[in-house]
Amino acid sequence: MSTVTLAGSSVDVDEEGFLTDADAWNEQIAQEIARENGIEDLTDRHWQVISYMRRTYIETGSAPSIRSLGKASGVPIKELYQLFPKGPAKLAAKIGGIPKPRGCI
Amino acid sequence: MSDAIEKVSIIISKGSLEGIYPGLIMANGARMEGIEANVFFTFFGLDAINRDKHDSVKVATVGNPGLHLATWAGGFPGMSAMVTHKLAGEMEKLDIPPIPEFVEMISDSGAGLYACKASVDLFKLTAEDFIEQVDDIITVGEFYGLAGGGQIIFT
Repeated sequence: MSTVTLAGSSVDVDEEGFLTDADAWNEQIAQEIARENGIEDLTDRHWQVISYMRRTYIETGSAPSIRSLGKASGVPIKELYQLFPKGPAKLAAKIGGIPKPRGCI
Repeated sequence: MSDAIEKVSIIISKGSLEGIYPGLIMANGARMEGIEANVFFTFFGLDAINRDKHDSVKVATVGNPGLHLATWAGGFPGMSAMVTHKLAGEMEKLDIPPIPEFVEMISDSGAGLYACKASVDLFKLTAEDFIEQVDDIITVGEFYGLAGGGQIIFT
């Protein structure tokens, strides 16, 4: 775990860059994490996915599976992989400031 | 990380529920990590991509020591269907999709799906027998070509 400065705020992150405290998140931090991970601009579709991930984490205590992400976020699997190449479940979680999802699905 | 896996080609050669799922989980898991993935269905694994068979894949209840069910009990009519139904219910609770939905998800995530030409010929199948997500019917040599530069996982 280390402390880094993202969008002007000092936050704690784990070795992979996931926020250790979900409450320390804000939209500017999200933009910066996105940029660091190759996504220059977060569109409305990106935000739709990120909001769904945060909401699910806050309501249930864990991140949604890729299956429920594809079904319930309103963004289908094909588009998820276009918006977040290299793994939407992990990247959207990182941008959304929630802990790294630990699921096999 | 120079040792990170960048591509996997997964072979699914079995037609039981427990024989098909591991390969699907590996393929989906690879895509979730941004790893390029191909899935090659051969022999009874073709059932997972066969329009008429993919929604009725069963657990093997006879000669399946992992199930810890006596052979004579596993052979009762309906036993396989019952065990399959129970296991499918448990998997649904864990948000693991049934095979048809899972294969479609894996294809949507960008994995390549291929049928083994030798098995297709053996079972007298054609491209029309398969779901639309199957990219091609290929030979073992073509599979090795696709798999080049990556890892091969046999299930």
